[in-house]
Amino acid sequence: MALPQAKQTATEARLAALTMPDAGCTRGAREDALARVLESGLPGRRDEYWKYTQPDSLISAEALPAAVFVNDEPVLFNDLDRLKIVFVDGVFSAEESDELSLDGVKIDRIEDICCKDIHWAKDLYGVLEARGQSPVQRPLAALNTAFASDGVAIHVTGKPSKPINLIYRHASPTSDAILHHVIRVESGAEVTILESGPAASRFNKCMEIEIADKGTLHHVRAQGRDHERRAATHMFTRLGAESVYKSFTLTANGVLTRNEQVVELTGDNAVAHVAGACVGDGDFHHDDTVFITHDAVNCESRQVFKKVLRNGATGVFQGKILVKEGAQKTDGYQISQSLLLDDDSQFLAKPELEIYADDVACSHGSTSGAIDETALFYLRSRGVPVKDATNMLTLAFLAEAVDEIEDNALADEIVSRLEGWLARRS
Amino acid sequence: MLEIKNLHVQLEEEDKQILKGVDLTVEAGKVHAIMGPNGSGKSTLSYVLSGRDGYEVTEGSATLDGQDLLEMEPEERAAAGVFLAFQYPVEIPGVGNMTFLRTAVNAQRKARGEEELSAADFLKEVRGKAKTLKIDADMLKRPVNVGFSGGEKKRNEILQMAMLEPKMCIMDETDSGLDVDAMKLVAEGVNALRDEGRGFLVITHYQRLLDHIKPDVVHIMADGRIVKTGGPDLALEVENNGYADILAEVN
Repeated sequence: MALPQAKQTATEARLAALTMPDAGCTRGAREDALARVLESGLPGRRDEYWKYTQPDSLISAEALPAAVFVNDEPVLFNDLDRLKIVFVDGVFSAEESDELSLDGVKIDRIEDICCKDIHWAKDLYGVLEARGQSPVQRPLAALNTAFASDGVAIHVTGKPSKPINLIYRHASPTSDAILHHVIRVESGAEVTILESGPAASRFNKCMEIEIADKGTLHHVRAQGRDHERRAATHMFTRLGAESVYKSFTLTANGVLTRNEQVVELTGDNAVAHVAGACVGDGDFHHDDTVFITHDAVNCESRQVFKKVLRNGATGVFQGKILVKEGAQKTDGYQISQSLLLDDDSQFLAKPELEIYADDVACSHGSTSGAIDETALFYLRSRGVPVKDATNMLTLAFLAEAVDEIEDNALADEIVSRLEGWLARRS
Repeated sequence: MLEIKNLHVQLEEEDKQILKGVDLTVEAGKVHAIMGPNGSGKSTLSYVLSGRDGYEVTEGSATLDGQDLLEMEPEERAAAGVFLAFQYPVEIPGVGNMTFLRTAVNAQRKARGEEELSAADFLKEVRGKAKTLKIDADMLKRPVNVGFSGGEKKRNEILQMAMLEPKMCIMDETDSGLDVDAMKLVAEGVNALRDEGRGFLVITHYQRLLDHIKPDVVHIMADGRIVKTGGPDLALEVENNGYADILAEVN
């Protein structure tokens, strides 16, 4: 079926600005992905899945410029022992990165595997993204698979002694980055992946994660404080039996962010938790779009998303739990909440459940509200000044999402960023 | 110490007069009790003194040691020495009880220009005071009042009072929802704080609490006014005969 003219034109304009890298063993996947983009076209304002978020600036031929923000806070995760992999405006920086070697993992650059005809990542690159195109199309992810210019392939075979930190540095006000990472966690292996920084003026990132039986992956990300940057990210995760995936994202500022999480529980007794805390001010627009598919018995999924919005900021949550036939004993939980600090901000939520098994427990809730006046008075009546009391209650609101981070040191770092955000705005 | 003169208060959102000229003076070192039937304005008086939104003072004054309370924000009143023990202590998920207490203590010290308590000194003090009130370490770690029983919530109020060391303690139906043992514990906590420099205003429906916290003065409040004032015997009279006789006599 032919695409609507406007979509066709926009898609062609974007594709004309891109060149597919010389791709070796990822060539087939890239060409297939390009075919998907051509078939679906890039997202448009009239697409149901983009009802609350305008995709125009994410699909335009050129990225809109974004001033480079100079962060006065200490570097995130700086006090942790971690393996640093640094990308500047979406380009790997060997100089700033650590040696890519660590016991229990093997790390390759996508560029290197592109030169090879045989590599484990060939069976993953573009594969989960392609699976994630149904029942909802995600053309920006397909575009990413086709044109990603850099990224890493992380093969986790053991339990590395420290987290791997993907650090994204934004250096040029006109940068436009497309990164694609693939991660395979082998049976019984366990890894923590950290992501930090704003990456580029416009950032399209795709991460495909496959966790084999009894494997564990923890993911904590903080998207940086750049005010003008735009980002569309996708995480596609497939879980085997008894495997665990726990992901948390902090978003503070950024004019436009769309974070998609597509999770498939394909082995029995698997656990997937995705959580996010976002704080936004003014023309901030933040969209969490989550799609969790239960396709095995006795699996657990949790979605916990909290947004604090002020001065006209917009928060979006689209979250779906799909329980397939036969996925009995599913335990699915979803909560999305916003705290609106004034009358100008808005929260748009679309929670969905679609269940085809008859022995499951699924719940979802979505709320939007202001600071609890009774609690505020209680704190003030004990002598806590109104601003401090408001900040305490705001942090308390975000706590349920932050509590999803298992590692206390990581959780403390995230809380300190939230405190910083609140203090700057008090 | 606390001086209330001809206080008239109405609800902000509707044109309803609640307090219609309250006159009351609480001296330092004294315990005053206010009793009265439902709807007489007792709780409103406690809220107006502590600065809760939603009330409009149309006439009269309330001062603490000469400072005009009605001009102050709730946190300023707290720093000046006003403490309200809530009838229904508020649950605050996500805020640890200990963090809350320490923030409150230090905010008040800061407001008064005093040095903040160090973490170690604070911990030592809170542990000692919690022990007397039979508040265990677990309760201190939990979020403020979340999952606390009725008795635990009220003991937590008294612990806050003990830590903040206010000049003027206002207790709004602290006995409601308490069994006899819990009430004794709360009363012991309050009695331990009785001091020459500190005044108490104890609001209650029943004489029962006053068996344990012996008042110096008892007031009867009805229809937004103090209609009768007497010694501890007045509370007994209420207990035996109800409010009807007193109100009939006043009218």
